[in-house]
Amino acid sequence: MNRKTFLRTLTAGVAVPSLLNGFGVKAYTANPLSGLTDTINTDTDHVVVLINLAGGNDGLNTIIPIDQYDALHRARLQVSLPEKSLLPITGNNTLAFHPAMLGLQTMYNEGLVRIVQNIGYPEPNLSHFRSSDIWMSGSDSNQFIASGWAGRYLNYEYPNFPVAYPNENMPHPLAMEIGYSQSLALMGPQTNMGYVIADIDWFYKLVAGKTGSIPNTPAGEQLAYIRLISQQSRAYSQAIVNAAARVKQQRSYPDTELAAKLKIVARLIAGGLKTRLYMVTLEGFDTHDSQVDKENHTLGNHANLLQMLSGAIISFMRDIKELGIANRVVGMTFSEFGRRVVSNSSIGTDHGAAAPLFLFGHPVAGGVLGKNPVIPRFVPEEYSIPMEFDFRSVYATVLKDWLCVPAQDIPSILQREFPYLDLFHKNLPCISSSIAQDNKEAGISLLSIAPNPVQDICTIKYETQGGQVLVHLLDAAGRIVATPANANLPKGQYDVIWNVESLPNGLYYCRLMNGNSIQTKNLIKIGT
Amino acid sequence: MEQLTRQEFFQLHRHRPQNNILEIQAPSNLTIAQPIGSGLNTFTGTWDQEALIHLLRRTSFGVRKEDVDYFSNKPMLEVVDEILYTPYKKPALPINDYNDKDFTDPRVHFGKTWINDYYWNENEGARVESLRAWWIRLIIMEQRSIHEKMTLFWHNHIPVEFYAVFYGAFLYRYLDTLQENALGNFKTIVKKMTLDGAMLNYLNGNENSKSSPDENYAREIQELFVIGKDLPEYFTEEDVRAAARLLTGWRIDWEKFAYYFDENQHDTTPKQFSSFYGNRLIQGKNGKTGGMEELDEFLDMLFAHPEPAKYLCRKLYRYFVYHEINEATEQNIIEPLANILRDNNYEILPVLDVLLKSEHFYDILNRGAIIKSPLDLCLGMYRQFNINLPNETNLRDRFLIPLYTAYNMGSMLQIPGEPPNVAGWQAYYQKPILDKVWVNTSSLPKRVEFAEIMLYYGYYGDTDKTIIDVLSWAKSLSRPDDVNALIEEAIALLLGITLDENIKAFLKNILLSDLPSEYYWTIAWNEWLDRSDDEMARGAVEVRLKSFVWWLLQSEEYQLM
Repeated sequence: MNRKTFLRTLTAGVAVPSLLNGFGVKAYTANPLSGLTDTINTDTDHVVVLINLAGGNDGLNTIIPIDQYDALHRARLQVSLPEKSLLPITGNNTLAFHPAMLGLQTMYNEGLVRIVQNIGYPEPNLSHFRSSDIWMSGSDSNQFIASGWAGRYLNYEYPNFPVAYPNENMPHPLAMEIGYSQSLALMGPQTNMGYVIADIDWFYKLVAGKTGSIPNTPAGEQLAYIRLISQQSRAYSQAIVNAAARVKQQRSYPDTELAAKLKIVARLIAGGLKTRLYMVTLEGFDTHDSQVDKENHTLGNHANLLQMLSGAIISFMRDIKELGIANRVVGMTFSEFGRRVVSNSSIGTDHGAAAPLFLFGHPVAGGVLGKNPVIPRFVPEEYSIPMEFDFRSVYATVLKDWLCVPAQDIPSILQREFPYLDLFHKNLPCISSSIAQDNKEAGISLLSIAPNPVQDICTIKYETQGGQVLVHLLDAAGRIVATPANANLPKGQYDVIWNVESLPNGLYYCRLMNGNSIQTKNLIKIGT
Repeated sequence: MEQLTRQEFFQLHRHRPQNNILEIQAPSNLTIAQPIGSGLNTFTGTWDQEALIHLLRRTSFGVRKEDVDYFSNKPMLEVVDEILYTPYKKPALPINDYNDKDFTDPRVHFGKTWINDYYWNENEGARVESLRAWWIRLIIMEQRSIHEKMTLFWHNHIPVEFYAVFYGAFLYRYLDTLQENALGNFKTIVKKMTLDGAMLNYLNGNENSKSSPDENYAREIQELFVIGKDLPEYFTEEDVRAAARLLTGWRIDWEKFAYYFDENQHDTTPKQFSSFYGNRLIQGKNGKTGGMEELDEFLDMLFAHPEPAKYLCRKLYRYFVYHEINEATEQNIIEPLANILRDNNYEILPVLDVLLKSEHFYDILNRGAIIKSPLDLCLGMYRQFNINLPNETNLRDRFLIPLYTAYNMGSMLQIPGEPPNVAGWQAYYQKPILDKVWVNTSSLPKRVEFAEIMLYYGYYGDTDKTIIDVLSWAKSLSRPDDVNALIEEAIALLLGITLDENIKAFLKNILLSDLPSEYYWTIAWNEWLDRSDDEMARGAVEVRLKSFVWWLLQSEEYQLM
């Protein structure tokens, strides 16, 4: 941060109001740098969860173009996955998931995942630091921007931040990063827009003590920054504790760090925070060596990472569904680059260029966008997958279609216009109030199972609006294990008696599909 | 003089700051004076205690009162010379201090060094931590020298992650090389690190072969260790590939904890570099010495470029002086320092000598303007308060307590030996946030919490503990019986910048329990000196001192140095 501009935001001719007792404090001048008044934010309850796959994820071993399998296999013998181990996806026989990604496969098949192929930017940079700065800042390849794309979006929405925040309209952090440090993505043009927490169960409360004046020196500028962080830390910590306390029950998550982070995110959203952006990081994707297990390529470091990712996301999705906030939340993975086609002798892959990314959530239009990467017959060692879509097209689309930013304002955030992509369901409202959605869904429960948990015989009751109706039982991995109903029936309520005795014990999903409605209920099979 | 009743002084309430309304006063004008007037001429300003403390703060971790006393009558040139030129004494080797009731190292006895023992998966975690605790002890116990600060500088500049390498014997040698060369030669350090066993493992040099060149080290030596990316046009991807091929064949000697050269794995074709390096062509060399000859030529090529000296001097500047480098700094400080570095064949000492004796270094505007790293904060606290580590006969606790501190520092983003990645800690390169990165809404509360635990509860090993002893600390000060002198000296020693008069008055009220006469403090202090075994007399001063120190340690000014 340039210390002059920082102090200007802080001082701008008025005393900085107390943040602790600052609700309702008036009479600030608008931030002279923004030229915007302070009440123009586009109201939405939509939330974006960004998952940073730090290190450069090997896209070619994440979602595999099986139409290119032979060429791909030849080029990366050291890491190639056996074709029959791959997880197929519904409605597309040219792509398959890494075998560790059962969760994402299940979600894809439910229409909750958008795969965007070959994301990158012109003139790819192979340095981690440079390329992750490019992704985080939304800069061009040869340009240095000291703020993040999300930080600039938040600055557009809340131009005076942090002066006079928190306030009645925005009592909560603008963006949160679950971890220990803040990414460049959440850095605004003048100040940090994000709030970092390591956990929510326990806060150390800073004392609000007497503070002295800030001298007009470089040391004073540092002191002002520390004081600001101290104030924010105190002001927001209570709001976060309260939000977390409002959520009494959550589904269980896998015992991984990423899952624990996403669990916090679900809890805070459901607990009522108005925070629009959350960022979490999963590290370890820089798989130069030991990407796979030498004996069994479906195992190893990369498989573990993908399993963590996939398991955490599906748990998060099931949780937010149950918490009644699924229509408010969209998630997105990103990584600074993909990896090269040709594998190296350390059983790994080196820095590459374009790679796929995932968007997930109920508002997301499921399916694949973009072409499968083409693997040449002869692949030079340094060959990388060229880009098909600029990553800033994804940002632009998320801003316009999900965060409700008017198209004409997007260049002020992303420097210029980028083509929009087809990522979301059409005509999403800017307010998808979870309460309304809850009420709506609560009124028409179309599916019930009794008894549940069940040892052998259960009764599945379902309701159809008429027409083709399908009731499936799926296992935890999303595979269909039984089809209790598949018929064309008139509108009405029906019962089906089903024996699950032969199924292994565990969690299953009973899914009803009829016309536009899909409902899923858990079914727990226990031993006799 | 009216005496305070005993009862009044024995109210043992904790005098914590109250939840007052927060007020920030805006600075009176909006422009900050910039420290651009000063250059590298030798400092001729007032050489007072404040200037001395500034030097000690920046060149060691925390300021020890005994060092201030030791140097207080010496001229600046002499003080800097002693800090820079005191010969390095190799410390005792790290030893097995990790055996406990659940784990016994079957190969190295308790109290014996493990540095010559081979890898065993079950042991290495303990040895990595043993090495880390050893290093932390060296920092805490360092005498009057810049040495440990420079070791950490190099570790940040050319890092390995201990847990990624996970082999104690090699990691010890990596750290030992940095310690031995901390005040040595930039080019030499780069060469030694290129061939260091831990580094060959960390950045895949060990797997770099002519049939399958690995670019990892070839990229980082240019991007992070030597050239940097401060220039608009720098080396190219072709340079990375050429360097990868040039560096093929270096292998880890697992028997000798060293490296060797495997000429069969070495690419002997010519390596063409880009115009950034003057289109230099380095011919492939055959034979046992081919790799070393090419490496030397490669390093000569890198260091012939003007950028490495500037790149390193910018990093030194950020580490020792201030985070922001503007055009004036670049012109008046960085470029002349870089010339000194090049004129002295990349020896580090001449650069530090000029910088630490310069008027710019002591410029009033540079004082207090660095946000403490977690090591400066936590390990500095040990030194500021002269907190004794467990006795040498208590090996276990000498191992455990530094480790607890390490993991506390981890929640503040810095564990020695575990930088986040090969670029080192963000605070030293991520513009524009730089050292502000140490302070966020998660880490700041952790920093304050650490101070509170050190002051009120202490950290416990198996049998021993470390805690701030405010009485012995106050006793080490010059005039602890004079409440005003006590406050001034504590501020000077502990805080990065001084406090307003009204805050000093507030602190005085803590020490005086809001009573009007300063003499009450003197009486109480002397009463304790006279009757140091009297619990009441002791409590009266200790309680007030703790509240006083607590306010200082939780203050925002304490975060600066």
